[in-house]
Amino acid sequence: MSTSVKLAVVAVGLAFVGQAMAKDLTVISFGGANKAAQVKAYYDPFKKVSGINVVGGEYNGEMAKVKAMVDTKSVSWDVLEVESPELARGCDEGLFEKLDYSKIGNKADFVPGAAQQCGVGIFVWSTALAYNADKLKTAPTSWKDFWDVKKFPGKRGLRKGAKYTLEIALMADGVAPKDVYKVLATPAGVDRAFKKLDQLKPSIQWWEAGAQPPQYLASGDVVMSSAYNGRIADAHKEGKNLKVVWNGGMYDFDSWAIPKGSPNKDAAYKFIAFASKPENQKVYSQNIAYGPSNKLAVPMIDKKEMAELPTAPQNMKDAVKVDVGFWADYGESLEQRFNAWASK
Amino acid sequence: MMASSAPMPDHPLTTQDGVPLKTKLARAERMNKLKSLALVLPLALFLLLTFVVPIGSLLLRSVDNPEVVASLPSTVKAIGAWDGKSLPPEPVYRAVAADLIKARDDQTLGDLGKRLNMEVAGYRSLLGKTARALPFDPAPASYKDALVKLDERWGDPAYWQAIRRNGSAHTPFYLLAAVDHRVDDLGDITATTPDQAIYLDVFARTFWMSAVVTVISLLLAYPLAYLLVSLPTRKSNLLMIMVLLPFWTSVLVRVAAWIVLLQSGGLINSALMALGITDHPLQLVFNRVGVYIAMVHILLPFMILPIYSVMKGISPTYLRAAVSLGSHPFGAFWKVYFPQTVAGVGAGCLLVFILSIGYYITPALLGSPNDQMVSYFVAFYTNTTINWGMATALGGLLLAATMVLYMVYSKLVGAGRLRLG
Repeated sequence: MSTSVKLAVVAVGLAFVGQAMAKDLTVISFGGANKAAQVKAYYDPFKKVSGINVVGGEYNGEMAKVKAMVDTKSVSWDVLEVESPELARGCDEGLFEKLDYSKIGNKADFVPGAAQQCGVGIFVWSTALAYNADKLKTAPTSWKDFWDVKKFPGKRGLRKGAKYTLEIALMADGVAPKDVYKVLATPAGVDRAFKKLDQLKPSIQWWEAGAQPPQYLASGDVVMSSAYNGRIADAHKEGKNLKVVWNGGMYDFDSWAIPKGSPNKDAAYKFIAFASKPENQKVYSQNIAYGPSNKLAVPMIDKKEMAELPTAPQNMKDAVKVDVGFWADYGESLEQRFNAWASK
Repeated sequence: MMASSAPMPDHPLTTQDGVPLKTKLARAERMNKLKSLALVLPLALFLLLTFVVPIGSLLLRSVDNPEVVASLPSTVKAIGAWDGKSLPPEPVYRAVAADLIKARDDQTLGDLGKRLNMEVAGYRSLLGKTARALPFDPAPASYKDALVKLDERWGDPAYWQAIRRNGSAHTPFYLLAAVDHRVDDLGDITATTPDQAIYLDVFARTFWMSAVVTVISLLLAYPLAYLLVSLPTRKSNLLMIMVLLPFWTSVLVRVAAWIVLLQSGGLINSALMALGITDHPLQLVFNRVGVYIAMVHILLPFMILPIYSVMKGISPTYLRAAVSLGSHPFGAFWKVYFPQTVAGVGAGCLLVFILSIGYYITPALLGSPNDQMVSYFVAFYTNTTINWGMATALGGLLLAATMVLYMVYSKLVGAGRLRLG
C-alpha cells in the first residue's frame, strides 16, 4: 500500500470516528452487575432503535467530578446514574438539568417518588428484613418479630448507623410505616426509637458493608438481619435459603440525571425516555433483582420473578419511601446520637 | 600585637596571630556547628515541608469557619446591630435575602447549608426552600414578614443566633464538640446533652485500652527478651526470626487471621469445646478481648526489640557477682539486673503506648462499637460525613494529649534514659 493510500484510509477513518464521536452518548453508572443489566436492557437496544451509540462509563458517585465539569463548562457525561441524596443536593446546587417530563413520559406512570425535578428513577432497591429459612422454624413476618428474642433466639444484624436503623426501631414499636418520619422528626420520637433499640442491644451484631448481612446469615452468626434486597436475591441464586420479609421494607431509587450543560441533551432525553419504557424496564428487572420504576412494567414481569422485586404490589403495600430530605436535615445530629448510644 | 611564643602566666593564651585562644576555639567550634547544620539542613527542610507544614495547616482546619462569612457577608455585617434576644431588625432580613440569591447563583449554598445544619438541624432545608423562593416578586414591603410567612422558622431567634455565632472566620465549634462541649444560645460554653456526649468517653477509652495493651505486652515481652539473651546464639536467632516474622506480615492479614481463629465456629473455640473446657463457644471476637489479643500480638515486637537490645548489653557477671556475695537470686535480679533494663522497658512502653493510641483498623474489624478508639471517629468524619473540621479537631486533640503524655513521661523516666536499641 502506498503512503498516499494509507493516509487516505487514515483520513477517512478519522472522519468516521469524528462523526461517531459527535453522536455518541456517554452514560455513566456505578458498574458491576447493575451495569451489565443496563447494557442488556438499555444501552444495546437503544443503539439499535435510535442509531446512537452508547458509551458506558463508571464512577463511584463522587459529585466532585460532576461539579468540576459543570463549573468549567466542559461536560462530557450526558446521562448519569445518581443516588437520591446526591440527586437532591446536586439539584439544589445546580449541577443537574431540570427535567422536561413532556420529553420523557407520563409522570403518573412512575412509582410515587420516582419522578423528581432533576432526576427520574431507574430502579427501586430496598432495605428489608432478611432471614435464614434453614435456621428458623417459623418465619418472621415483621420488625416486631425481629425484636422477639424469645420466639426467635439468636443474634440480629443491623446496619451500624442511624439511617434505616431508627426507622426499623419505630416500626417494631408499632409505628405505621407511613408515619415513621413524622414520628422521627419529633424529639420524643427519637427517644422512643433509641429506647426500643436499648431492648435489642445485647443481641445486635452490626454490619457496615452490604455484603456482610448475607454472609452473617449464611454462616448462622445471625438469624435475621436488615439487608439490601439485591444482595439477598444474589445469595438466593447461589443456593442459600435466605428469604426477605417485605413488610416494613424501606425503598429508594437510583435515578438518571443530566449534568447541566450537556451538549447532547436531546439524545440524553431520548435515552432516558427509552429506559423509562415499561418493556425495557422489564428486561432490566429480569437481569437483576431491582424493581422497575415504571408501574406499567409490573404486569409484564413473570409472577414468580416479580415476588422477589421491591416494586411488586404486595411488597410495596407496607413499605416506606426513604425520606432523603429528612436525612439531609437531621442526619448529622441523629448519626452523632447513634454513635454516642452505640459506644456506651 | 603580641608575638611571644611562650605563654605568660598573667596573660590569656593566644594563638600565633595574637587572638586569644578561647576566641579562636569558639570560632572554630562555630564553624563546625554551621557545617553540621548545613549537613542536616536538607533533612530539616524535608521534615518541615512534608511533616510540620501539612500537619500544621491541617490542624488549622479545626478552627476554620469560612462558610458563613463567605456566603452571607452582608447578613453578618447587619446582624452585628442585633441584641440577640428578640427577632433581628428588618435590614438583617433584607440582607439574608440578598445573600441567599447570590449564594445560590455562586453555588455555595451546599457548603453553607452543611455548616449551619451542624448548629441547628433542619437549617439545610430551610436555606434550600428559601433560596428557591427568592427573589420575591414583587419586592415585599417587609422582608421580615415575607420570610416568616415563607417559613415560620425565620421567626425563631435560634436560627439567627446560629448565624451570629459564626460571624467570624474562626470558630471553637469543632474543638469544643471534640470534648463534648458547645457554645449555647447565650454565648456561654456548656456541656452537650448526655445523649450527644461521646468523645470524652472515647478519649478515656483510647488511653485506657492503650495502657492495658502496653502492660500485657510488657508482661509477655520481658521474660521472652530475657530468654532470647540467655539462649545460645543459634537457638536465640531462630526465636528472633519467629518474633520478627509476624512483624513483617501485613497488619490486615494478621487481623483477618485472628477473626478466623477467634470466631464462634473458629479453631480456638472448637478446640476448647473438643477438650471439654467449655460447652458453648466463648465470645472471643467483636469485643474487647479480641481487640486486646490482636493488638498485643501486633505490638509485641515493638516491646521485645528495645528490651532485648538493652539486655544484650548487660554483662552477666554483675548478676553472678551479686549472687556470690550472698544475695537471693530474685533480689539480685530485682536490685541489680532490672534497674539496668529500665531504659529499654521505658522505650518499649512509650513506643507501644503511642502506637496503640492511633490504632484504627484492628478495633474497627475486631471490636464492637464500644471498643472503637479516637482514630475510628477521625476516619468516620474524614470519609463518611466529610466533616474535616471535626476530624482535625479530634486528631489535633489526640496529638496534643500524646505530646503532654510524652512530656510527663520524660519528666518521670527521663528522655535521656530511653534507648531504642
